[in-house]
Amino acid sequence: MRGAGPLLSVEDLSLEFRARDGTVRVLDGVGFTVGWGETVGLVGESGSGKSITALAIMGVLPPTARVTAGRVIFKGTDLLAADERTLRRHRGSEISMTFQQARAALNPIRPVGWQIEDVIRHHTDLQPAAARSRTLDLLAGVQIPDPGRVYGAFPFELSGGMCQRVMIAMAVACSPSLLIADEPATGLDVCTQAAVLELIGDLARRSDMATLLISHDLGLLGERADRVVVMHAGHVVETAPTAALLAAPRHPYTAKLIASSPRPSVGLSDLVTIPGTIPDFRAQLPPCRFRFRCDRAAPECDQPPLPRVVVGPDHVVACRRPL
Amino acid sequence: MPAPSILSVRDLSKRFPVRGTRSMVHAVDRVGFSLRAGESVGLVGESGCGKSTLVRLVTRLLDPTSGEIRFEGQEIGAIPSAHFAYRPERAKIQMVFQDPTDSLNPRFTAFDTVADPIRHLAGVSERRLLQGRVAEVADLVRLPGELLGRYPHQLSGGQQQRVGIARAIAVSPRLLILDEPTSALDVSVQAVILHLLAELRRRLGMSYLFVSHDLNVVRLITEQVLVMYAGRIVEVGPTAEVFSRPNHPYTRALLSAIPTFDPNAKRERIRLPGEPQSPVDPSPTVCRFFGRCPDGFDRCAREMPALRHLGGDRHVACHLIEGDRAEEVHGE
Amino acid sequence: MSAAVLRLARAGRYVVLGNPLTFGAFLMLAGLVTLALFGHWIAPYDPLATAVGPRLAPPSATHWFGTDNLGRDILSRVIVATRLDLLIAISAVTLSFAAGSAAGASAGFYGGWTERIVTRIVDTIMAFPLFVLAMGIMAAVGTSVVNIVLTVALINFPSYARIARAEVNVRRNAGYVEAARLAGNTPGRILAVHIYPNCLPTLIVQASMNMGWAILSAAGLSFIGLGVRPPTAEWGIMVSDGSAFMMSGEWWVSTFPGIALMLAVLSFNLMGDGLRDLIDPRRRS
Repeated sequence: MRGAGPLLSVEDLSLEFRARDGTVRVLDGVGFTVGWGETVGLVGESGSGKSITALAIMGVLPPTARVTAGRVIFKGTDLLAADERTLRRHRGSEISMTFQQARAALNPIRPVGWQIEDVIRHHTDLQPAAARSRTLDLLAGVQIPDPGRVYGAFPFELSGGMCQRVMIAMAVACSPSLLIADEPATGLDVCTQAAVLELIGDLARRSDMATLLISHDLGLLGERADRVVVMHAGHVVETAPTAALLAAPRHPYTAKLIASSPRPSVGLSDLVTIPGTIPDFRAQLPPCRFRFRCDRAAPECDQPPLPRVVVGPDHVVACRRPL
Repeated sequence: MPAPSILSVRDLSKRFPVRGTRSMVHAVDRVGFSLRAGESVGLVGESGCGKSTLVRLVTRLLDPTSGEIRFEGQEIGAIPSAHFAYRPERAKIQMVFQDPTDSLNPRFTAFDTVADPIRHLAGVSERRLLQGRVAEVADLVRLPGELLGRYPHQLSGGQQQRVGIARAIAVSPRLLILDEPTSALDVSVQAVILHLLAELRRRLGMSYLFVSHDLNVVRLITEQVLVMYAGRIVEVGPTAEVFSRPNHPYTRALLSAIPTFDPNAKRERIRLPGEPQSPVDPSPTVCRFFGRCPDGFDRCAREMPALRHLGGDRHVACHLIEGDRAEEVHGE
Repeated sequence: MSAAVLRLARAGRYVVLGNPLTFGAFLMLAGLVTLALFGHWIAPYDPLATAVGPRLAPPSATHWFGTDNLGRDILSRVIVATRLDLLIAISAVTLSFAAGSAAGASAGFYGGWTERIVTRIVDTIMAFPLFVLAMGIMAAVGTSVVNIVLTVALINFPSYARIARAEVNVRRNAGYVEAARLAGNTPGRILAVHIYPNCLPTLIVQASMNMGWAILSAAGLSFIGLGVRPPTAEWGIMVSDGSAFMMSGEWWVSTFPGIALMLAVLSFNLMGDGLRDLIDPRRRS
């Protein structure tokens, strides 16, 4: 049931917050696509804007946020221009999202089974008995042992890993075409992390669901994503197929990010650090927001606009002097 | 001649009562290990394995239910934690916490936070002496002097963590416990802090007990590693060796799950089904890992494996491994 | 030290200027405080002097608020009453703040018998409708300004105790408390220096909301005759005196003190709201 063109296309998205002492331009010209059934990783550190991008796609931005430019085209519809009714139809059934701290994202005073059923009842005509049965199937599908008992459990009674699985069950309940997973592995230990990500991958393959995996951990995305989008300070700096990105990154920030990540083949002295911090978004900023932390910066980097250079198959870099 | 042991833990247990019942949660169960002076030892394990409790026992914030904690030869486990603040050992064992937003008092400036232990443990109260010492410590952690007057919410994550580290080293401890010190930080900031920690250990001659769930980080900064599962130590050894040739099935599962950054490395991840056994009133004769272990056999359900010496610095608690010298150490 | 003062000044400016309502409240409060401080010099007539004008004279050029049944100038009495009412309220709130927050904080931190005793006391006080309790106490101990202050302080004690206990409980296991123990602080110091200052914002908001209630309690007690004694100028007792004349058309005797009461309570409540806005977004971000 795939259509022509990408499933999701974020085009030139710019977003700002009005604060007491100025306007904070958190996103500037962000653009990337997610193809049907594809797994795309969105990586960035704090301040990169990756989480707010996800919220913009879902249409659940905080009231102080203002989109100043751009479109979010999902299956041909611009979600930013859509009205609340259309968005509500999409949320949960076409596009779903899971959140970072799973236990905090679930309602603490209702059994988790009821919360999953809410989503089903909202989007389908299933009667209570059928909805309950589907919920139990979903819980089994996310590898929760003893679905009957967990159905009636409250979030505080479940471990972090179980809560994350419950959230995933809720998200895939109506077989969405796109799942946005915001830091699905935070707070989980290594074995559970791997299990949760594998679960998402299995579910995606089985129902041809596309996934947007948001994480600060490149290593995690390296094994799960088909393509990676790297963000820094509100800009997309590089997008490429995963293998190409990890083997030969072309943006200085991506290279530094990989080089500063602890990984099996390097020692402490090989670990690189990135000088400086992300710039103040309220100030007047140069076209490239990495400019003052970059050791390859040159006068041409101060020339607007931020370029988009194709350096390989499906490999785009926002840099005038790519590696 | 190996360095003297600075910390030696024997048969250490901590049990918490479950409210409303007579059951007990065995958070830490007959743990034994030792740390040599100047060494950096990692402590890894999944959440709920008892790492945090063990760390609070060692820093004497909690009282043990049974067992021994020896620091520089002196038994400190028997001293109630409420009195420990008055002992000279208090200054010698310090801790860096995981989350600076929780571990820095929002109403204290960076200066106040770093000065606190100096005031109470080093007895310095004269203003100028205090300022001098704080400035020295800030220098050591590369915290610019002008940031000392700021409050935590005015500092970045990396700066906040430096304040936490400064506070911990301000009174020149011999043993520094680091409880996931970089987990809450961005990757690039983590790299800076790890370098700083390695440098400080060299310069100040401290020993580290480095707790982390991130095995890639543990590999970088520790020489020995302790693997903990369900309140017990299941494997001990030099970090590089344990990571390349793990003995315990749990260690093997952990290592198989670490992200490698190499999309071409198709490894078989060892899947652990289910959840860990409940820590409430566990059976003393069944291995805690039994049930999830891919290789368990009948002996595992009859007899709790003891931590045995395998030769060199390696120990493991598993019936599957027969050691050269099946010598029981540190415990049962 | 100066960093803290600067922070307070900046916070103060934000509260006051942040919002037109809060600014208005601040101006009113400033006005009230001025009246309280300089009232005796501002008042055109001696507030206790009788027959300075015709009895029950309506508002006029010589007596802006008119006169009461003893010929006393109501404007002067209203102005001078400001000091008494504000003083009673401030004293009572300060007393209950200090005692209540100390008791509550200790209960939350030490637990055990301290907590049991404090919660029993709080429960006992709260078992009564608070104003009725105040009436009962005043009837028993006799009317005097000191007794009013103590009684109003008592009925406000539970709110501070409960807030302090809850706030301390939440923070008892925070990372910085453990760090304070590692730094060699004694439990008493940890409570007083590390934990208690973090509870102040919520307590201060409670105090500012309480001020309005304290003024009303004092005025209410005087209104029913269990508060200050005549001829003291106090808003509540003035309203009570004037109530007899409402029916016969001499509305000004009760109304002006009533309006003063209302403005005072309103400005404290609005300030409290403004303070609460300051606390919430900044603290939790």
